[in-house]
Amino acid sequence: MKKIHIILLVLIAGAIAVLISFLQTTTTYDTVQTAMEKPGKFVHLMARWDKAQPMEYDALKNPNYLSFTAVDTLGKSVKVVYHNPKPENFEISERLVLKGKYTAEGYFDCSSIQTKCPSKYKDDMKAAQKNAQHNAATGSANTETK
Amino acid sequence: MDYYGEHLLPGQLGQFFIILSLVASLVATFAYFKATQSEFDADKGYWKKLARYAFITEAVSVFAIFSILFYIIYNHLFEYKYAWQHSSLSLEFKYMLSCFWEGQEGSFLLWSIWHCILGLVLIKTAKTWEAPVMTVVSFAQFCLATMIAGIYIFNWKMGSNPFILLRDSGVLDGAPALHMNFDVNQPLKQDYMLSIKDGNDLNPLLQNYWMVIHPPVLFLGFAATIVPFAFAIAGLWTKKFGEWTKPALPWSLFATAILGVGIMMGAAWAYESLTFGGYWAWDPVENASLVPWLILVSGVHTLLIYKHSGHSLRSTYLFLILSFIFVLYSTFLTRSGILGETSVHAFTDLGMNFQLTAFLLIFTLPAFVLFIKRYKAIPAIRKEENTSSREFWMFIGALVFFLSALLIIGKTSLPAFIKVAPPEDMEFSYNQIQVFVAIIVAVLTGFSQYLKYKETSRGFFREKMLWPAIISVVAASLVVGFGHINYQKHGPMFLGAIWLATACSIYAVIANAAYIWLGLKGKLNLSGGSIAHVGFGLVLLGILLSSSKKEILSHNTSGIAIDFGPGSDQKPGENLTLVKGVPMKMGKFDVTYLKDSAHPKKQQWYYKVHFKSRTDSEEFTLWPNAFVNYKGNEGLMANPDSRHYFDHDVFTYISALPNPEKNKDTATFRNKPMKEGDSLFYSRGYVILEKLVSKDNIPFEGFKPGDKATVATLKIHSFNNTSYTAEPLLIEKQDARFSQPDTVMSESIILQVNNAEAGIANIGIKESGTVLEYVTLKAYKFPFINILWAGIIITAIGIFISMIRRIQLNRSSKE
Repeated sequence: MKKIHIILLVLIAGAIAVLISFLQTTTTYDTVQTAMEKPGKFVHLMARWDKAQPMEYDALKNPNYLSFTAVDTLGKSVKVVYHNPKPENFEISERLVLKGKYTAEGYFDCSSIQTKCPSKYKDDMKAAQKNAQHNAATGSANTETK
Repeated sequence: MDYYGEHLLPGQLGQFFIILSLVASLVATFAYFKATQSEFDADKGYWKKLARYAFITEAVSVFAIFSILFYIIYNHLFEYKYAWQHSSLSLEFKYMLSCFWEGQEGSFLLWSIWHCILGLVLIKTAKTWEAPVMTVVSFAQFCLATMIAGIYIFNWKMGSNPFILLRDSGVLDGAPALHMNFDVNQPLKQDYMLSIKDGNDLNPLLQNYWMVIHPPVLFLGFAATIVPFAFAIAGLWTKKFGEWTKPALPWSLFATAILGVGIMMGAAWAYESLTFGGYWAWDPVENASLVPWLILVSGVHTLLIYKHSGHSLRSTYLFLILSFIFVLYSTFLTRSGILGETSVHAFTDLGMNFQLTAFLLIFTLPAFVLFIKRYKAIPAIRKEENTSSREFWMFIGALVFFLSALLIIGKTSLPAFIKVAPPEDMEFSYNQIQVFVAIIVAVLTGFSQYLKYKETSRGFFREKMLWPAIISVVAASLVVGFGHINYQKHGPMFLGAIWLATACSIYAVIANAAYIWLGLKGKLNLSGGSIAHVGFGLVLLGILLSSSKKEILSHNTSGIAIDFGPGSDQKPGENLTLVKGVPMKMGKFDVTYLKDSAHPKKQQWYYKVHFKSRTDSEEFTLWPNAFVNYKGNEGLMANPDSRHYFDHDVFTYISALPNPEKNKDTATFRNKPMKEGDSLFYSRGYVILEKLVSKDNIPFEGFKPGDKATVATLKIHSFNNTSYTAEPLLIEKQDARFSQPDTVMSESIILQVNNAEAGIANIGIKESGTVLEYVTLKAYKFPFINILWAGIIITAIGIFISMIRRIQLNRSSKE
C-alpha cells in the first residue's frame, strides 16, 4: 500500500467522523410541549405570536428585551424572552421559528427569531399586487409628490 | 382583444431570438459532435464549419435577447412582467443591470452570455480541441436556453420566459379595478396600462454598487468552470488522455481567479449591505459557490503535478469534472427552494425543479459513465511519489481542500434531504473544522514551494527553509503573544486552534514571500504561484484576526436602560437606543443621533450618527440607512455604514426604529405663506421667518446641477423665553420636489417648506405629541479586515501572472 493511500484513508475516515459528529450536533424542530419536556436543550420551536396576550417591548427603556407569548399549532402556549430588538416584520409574520431553550424558570429563552411567511415569492407577489391595485385606485398621484 | 399603450414588438422579437438560440445551440451541439466523431478530414471540416455558424448564430441570439430585455427595462415598459417586477421609474441607471440578476431568467441569461463569449474565444484558440470541447459548451448553452424558453410541451412548461406580459402573468387577475365592470372574471380593461404607473422596483438590498459588479464576475467564474470540465471530457472522449491538460491549465487558473474574486465580492456586499455583522455566514448560497472553487483549486494543483511528474492524472479528471458538476449542483440547491428553511437568502421556487434536476443529471451521469469506463485506460505511474518531492505534499494539500469541500457541501445539503434542524451554532460547526483545514493548507503552501518536483535533497531544503522559518516563528510569536487574540466563546481548545492557525498563516505569507527571492531570484513573471500563496496566507490571516477580534461596541451600558427585566442574568444587550440629540456612551465614543433625511425619491431614510471619541481627537459621522415599508415590503431593510481605517473598521446599522403604527402622527400640517420677517403662532410660542435663501448647490445625495434648494431659517420663540433655530429645506428637482422638514424636539413642532417663490414661502407647521425620535442601532469594530481584502487582490494577481506565463509557455512550445 502506498503512503498516499494511507493518508487518503486517514483523511476520509476523519471526514466521515466529522460528518457523524455533525449529525449529533444537529437539533430538532419542536412544539411547545416537546420543548418543555427537555428544559435546557437547544431546540427550534415552531410557533406563532399569540396576539391576544400582551407583548412587552420598549426600545427606549431597553432595546434588548422583548417578551411575548408564543402558541403552537396544537394550541399550547409559552412565554418567550428575547434579548434583541423586536424583528421588524414580527407583527406581520405568520409563523416564527424560535431558536433557544426552555428554562427552569418557566419561559423560553430565545436566542434568535426567524420570521416566516408561507412563501417569500408569493409574499412578494402579494405585496406587488397590492401596489398595483393601490396605484390603480389612486390614479396617477404617486410619483410626483413625495 | 387589443390593449392600448402596449409595446408588443420587443417581446415578439425577444421570443423569436429565444427560439433561434434554442435551435442554433442544438444544431451546434450536433454538428460539433459529428465533427468529433467523423473519421474523415473532409467530413470533420464540413461539420465544424456548420457548427461554427450555428454557435455564432446562437451567440448573436443571446446578445439580442439580453439587449431587448435591457431595452424593456431601460424604457420602463411595465407591460412586461420582468420590467414591472424588478425595476421602477425611480431606479437609477447604474442599477438597471442589477435587474437582470434579481430574477432567475436574467441570471440564466447572464450565465449564457458568458458561455457565448468563452465559446467564441475557444473557437479562436482551441484548435484540434475545438470540436469536442465546444460540443460540451454548446450543449450547456442548449440547456440554459431551455431555462428561459417558457414553451409548453403538452402540459409541461419548460423554462420561465423573461418576455411574458404582465397581463398574462396572473399578477393582475386579482385586481378588480383593472377589469371590466370591476369584476375579476371579466377581461382586463383595454386601457389597463393607464393604471400601471410604476414598477415594483429592485429589492432594496440589491441597490448597492457591489451588486452591480458581483453577479457578473461570479457568473463569469461559474461559466468559466465549464472550460476545464469540457477539456477533461474531451480527453476522455477522444482518448488523448494527457494532451488536453496543457490548454486546460490557463483556463483553470482563469476560472479559479474569477470565481474566487466573484465569491469575495459577494462577501464584500454582505459586509456592506447586510446586517448579520460580517462578510461570511456559512449560508447555503455562499457555501454552494465556495465548494466548486475549492475543488477547482485542487484540480489546478493536480494539473501542475501531472505536468511536472506525470502523477495524479486520474484525480485531475475527477476534480475538474466535479468542480463544474458542483456549479450545477449549487444552481440546483439555490434555485429550487429546497433549502428554504435553512437559509436567510430569499429563494424563489419558480416551479422548475424538474428542469433543474434534469440539468444537473444530464451532465453528471454521462460524465461519470465516461470517467468510470475510461478510468483504467487513463495513464498512471506505478512508482510511488517520493516524500521529499513537491508533488507528494501538493497532492495532500489538494486532497485536504477537496475533502473540506465535500464536508461543507455535505453539511449544507443534509437538512435538505433529511429532516433535522441545524445545530445551535451553525457558524461554529463549520469554523471548528475549517480552522484545521486552514492550519494544514497554510503549512503545506509554506514549505512545499521549497521542495523540488520528483526529489529534493535534504541539504537544499534545510538551507533554503531555515531563515523563513525562523522569521516566521518570531513574527508569529509576536502576533500571538501581543495581539490580544482572546476569543473565549468556544473554550481554550478552539482558541488554541486559532492561535496555531494564525501562526501558520503568518508562516505561509513569509515563506512564500521569501521564496520569490530565495527560489525564483525575484523574477516576478515566474512567481505567480508564490504571489497567489502569499495572498492566500493573508486571506487566512485576515479571516482569523477580523473574526476572533471582532468587538461589539454598542453594549447597552447607557443610563436609559437599567432594568434588563426578568432574566437579568443575561449579558447586557448588544443594541443601543439613541434618542435624537442625546449623546450616549459606546465604547470609547460618545455617539449622537443627530438627524435623519429622506431619499428624494424613495422611502429610504438616512440617519446621521456622530461618533466622537472621549479619549482622543477621533471624530466621524456615519450614515446608516434603511428602507421603511418599501413598496409593500412591510418592515425595515437596513443598510449599514462603516468608517474605514487602515487597521480596523467601525461598522454600524439600524436594528430597530420606532413602531410607525404606535407613533402614528395624527396631527396635520397647518400652512401659511410667509415672507422674511413674518411670524406665525403655535400653541406655546411663535415662529419668525428670518431668512429665505435659494441655493443651487448643497451637499446632498442625489443633488444635481440645475436642481434648486431653498433654505428657510426660522427662529422659534417659546413662551418660556427660550428660542431655537430651525432650517427646513425644500429641494426642487426637474421631475420631483421634496421637502426636508426640521424638528424642534423640546417644543414638539415640525416645520417644513411646502413651496417658495419670489421671496414668499409657504411654511407648514405641525404640533405633535409624539416627536420623540430615536433609533436603535448595533455597532461593531472589525479589526484588520483590510488584510483579508488585500489578500484576495494579491491572490488574484498571482493567479493571473501564472495564467499569462502558462499561455506564453503553451505558445512557445508549439513554435
